[in-house]
Amino acid sequence: MTTLETPDHIELGMTDDEYRSVIAILGREPLAAELAMYSVMWSEHCSYKSSRSHLGRFTSNQPWVIVGPGENAGVVDIGDGWLVALRIESHNHPSYVEPYQGAATGVGGILRDVFTMGARPIAVWDPLRFGPLDEAHNRYLFEGVVSGIAGYGNAVGVPTLGGEVEFADRFSKNPLVNVMALGLLKEDQLVLSGASGVGNLAVLLGNATGRDGIGGASILASASFEEGDEEKRPNVQVGDPFEEKKLIEACLELYQRNLVVAIQDLGAAGISCATSEVAGNGGMGMDVDLDKVHLREHDMNPGEILMSESQERMLAVVTPENEAEVLGIARRWEIDASTIGTIKPGPDLTIYSKGELVGEVPAASLADDAPKYDRPAERPVYLDIAWANGPQVPADLDAGAVLRVLLDDPAIGDRSWISRQYDHMLFLNTVVEPGHDGSLLRIKGTEKGLAVSTDGDSLRTYLDPRRGSARIVYESALNIAVTGANPYALVDNLNFGNPEEPGVMWQFIESVDGMAAACEELNVPVVGGNVSFYNQTDGVDIYPSPVVGMLGFCDPMPLRPPRLDRAEVGMAIWIVGPDAAGDFAASAYDRIINSNLGGRPTDADPEIAREVIDAAVSLAFTTPVLHDISTGGLAVSLAEIAIKSGVGVTIEGVTGPELFDETPLRFVAVGQGDTLEIAAPHRRIGTVSGGTLDFGDSGSISLEEAANVWRNALPRRMEH
Amino acid sequence: MTIAVIVYPGTNCEHDIAHALNRAGTDTEMVWHRDTDLSGADGVVLPGGFAHGDYLRTGAIARFSPIMDEVVRLADAGIPILGICNGFQILTEAGLLPGGLVANRDLKFICAPTHLRVASTDSVLTRAAEVGQILELPLNSYEGNYLVDDVDSIEVEGDVILRYTNADGLINESTNPNGSMNNIAGITNSARNVAGLMPHPERASEDILGSADGMVLIEGFIASTELVDA
Repeated sequence: MTTLETPDHIELGMTDDEYRSVIAILGREPLAAELAMYSVMWSEHCSYKSSRSHLGRFTSNQPWVIVGPGENAGVVDIGDGWLVALRIESHNHPSYVEPYQGAATGVGGILRDVFTMGARPIAVWDPLRFGPLDEAHNRYLFEGVVSGIAGYGNAVGVPTLGGEVEFADRFSKNPLVNVMALGLLKEDQLVLSGASGVGNLAVLLGNATGRDGIGGASILASASFEEGDEEKRPNVQVGDPFEEKKLIEACLELYQRNLVVAIQDLGAAGISCATSEVAGNGGMGMDVDLDKVHLREHDMNPGEILMSESQERMLAVVTPENEAEVLGIARRWEIDASTIGTIKPGPDLTIYSKGELVGEVPAASLADDAPKYDRPAERPVYLDIAWANGPQVPADLDAGAVLRVLLDDPAIGDRSWISRQYDHMLFLNTVVEPGHDGSLLRIKGTEKGLAVSTDGDSLRTYLDPRRGSARIVYESALNIAVTGANPYALVDNLNFGNPEEPGVMWQFIESVDGMAAACEELNVPVVGGNVSFYNQTDGVDIYPSPVVGMLGFCDPMPLRPPRLDRAEVGMAIWIVGPDAAGDFAASAYDRIINSNLGGRPTDADPEIAREVIDAAVSLAFTTPVLHDISTGGLAVSLAEIAIKSGVGVTIEGVTGPELFDETPLRFVAVGQGDTLEIAAPHRRIGTVSGGTLDFGDSGSISLEEAANVWRNALPRRMEH
Repeated sequence: MTIAVIVYPGTNCEHDIAHALNRAGTDTEMVWHRDTDLSGADGVVLPGGFAHGDYLRTGAIARFSPIMDEVVRLADAGIPILGICNGFQILTEAGLLPGGLVANRDLKFICAPTHLRVASTDSVLTRAAEVGQILELPLNSYEGNYLVDDVDSIEVEGDVILRYTNADGLINESTNPNGSMNNIAGITNSARNVAGLMPHPERASEDILGSADGMVLIEGFIASTELVDA
């Protein structure tokens, strides 16, 4: 056996107990390459060791769920032989270190997760969180991340349909870059990751393996940048959208010709992770010959080849009879391919280099035997202080003046500065584009529609993780309901601070509970998710930031779905949902006008949620404009409709505070006629009119002024 | 009657233009950039995307793809050739259309609807439209800023077929999304059988996509290929 220079397990981020577990599994001390594999596969990022014991509360047993959590992406059935794959991921730390490449490779990674299932990726969304834009470094990060998403997504040829963005102080040194992708496939093209068939071959497709990103996703990145150790070179991976585009087309052709037994993308921990998952998930073993791997640099040692996180690579399991055809398809699409392994009976993953054994571990042990921690949780003390410091809202506020300030907020103002950098039209599926509540996609040749909304609300989840997390589920459901779609499946990205702190762990558990309960109330399966812990810099944890990506489905879809730009003078304006309940905790009013963050958000009532969502879905087939009421309350919702439609509004009988109240589960409807045929509570509040947003006794602002402020909120900060 | 759609590695709008052409009743055939025969084609489309990753200058590598000799041969023979977005960039690199396309004035990718005013109907693309007609078509490019050595001469020759404008038909710097000379969005060659434009007619080919204004261009191009047949 070759003995490599043995790295210390502590240096690889492994505890003594974890190291002893490895020895128990192997019955001996691990070789260097083996230790490296366990250290990455058992890292928080790959093993979910701090969160796994809580994630079981999410359920996904609805009959339309084809693949639940655990595979590369969740898959649901939408009838007539069509399946939809969905997945969400984070690329937070890489995007802080190198915003363009960090965000770009995040897009590349999520796309591979989706086309690994046999699906063509059809759209991407990007929920983003940054520090305030008055700091130059935050502008640099924001600009770089948006450019990276655009640069990769546009070139790889998958439309980016938006996402959402928040700006808050705790994200200054820890921006959050999440990415969600949707894929579409016919049911006979579904491929899973578990290998079968002794003697079948493992073919590595795509990019050459280099030294980039070794341990980048997890361990070495947290060790030591400053030691200047050339051998480790922990760095952010570099994306190549052109290579990925070719890889997508090649893989889709392989699926179409039924040439693939199983397939797995290469992400964290590269070849070691992919080979162990393919073998372990199928209950098989594999012989791997590292000499066969096509390399970018010739003198790489076995550990480096195993751990490299070079992008744009896939590992396909094929039968020996099909090997030549598979390699031929790779050649046609101008990608490299090499047969690096052979499937054998389980359980061992056996790795050779230069004819010598460099590692032999039970394949499944890397995933199945990973540690699992039930970390202590304790309600943090900040909550009592924050709850006691509730928002002050004067009854006689000047709505025009307040609205003017809110429309200038970068998270409320026009976000087309972001979305016009994204190709959001490719494939001719986009029916409702970025800038509305939810995206709506058609499926050509059918009457089916897919709606997606991504939502997070970090300040509200900070003030009450349970209620805040439930509310983002309901908000997401309402965002897709106003396009005519019913909630159908959900993926979540749980971004939190350091789980070794009991306060953070408490936030996490509360959040999972709140989210799981809301999903159950709506009968929405949670088909996948991602946990991103350790979002902590200089001892400061981020605001707890669970983010959901909700898939909605409708069949048929509305041919003229509601949009914000379809209000016309003379149309009636209604508000649908419960009365304003004085909900100002974490509201835009309190954050921006009062510069305060306090109070306790109200709870969303599940029964009202179902009623309001049903009302939105049914109105979506007949009503020109539906728009949910969220950040900034009714006033901001009305302003967005007015600005996009180029009209004014005349509102009666709504007090100043009610205009900015953020009570959940409400939306605005604008249309002809005098009545709404819905069971949910609703009332008429006004009429679409000329060039002013007129709130009666509560104040007013001209359409022109509102539009100017709103349009310039992002450009005036970013272009100087 | 078949229109060949050229596919380079990195092309991504090939299915979209084929979808729009097929809906209009025309057959299409995808032709890989390494192929060398277009003899059955009545027309050729170079679709949008990022041929060869757009590494180097856009279109600079694609222009050397094996299929290009055949595209040039058909162009010389008077067959209708259309380049959309990246395809337009490739046609300028190949010398089939004058000028070139550089980074947008604001150095940002632009994906947004734009208005175009038809400047000339003397091309295989605009033949079915009317001079002065205003069309709403999406733009989707980073290198969409058209420039040419002698802009006056192509203006005099009548090579300009489409210009950026607004809903009212105004043509000036305020209605110029990317800095293109004289708001030029599309041009043709002197033989009038090769046309290129930066906006995407196929993305405005159905009402459900927000605009069907692109159909007058797509149908005009199809009609041009039928004339060749006759």
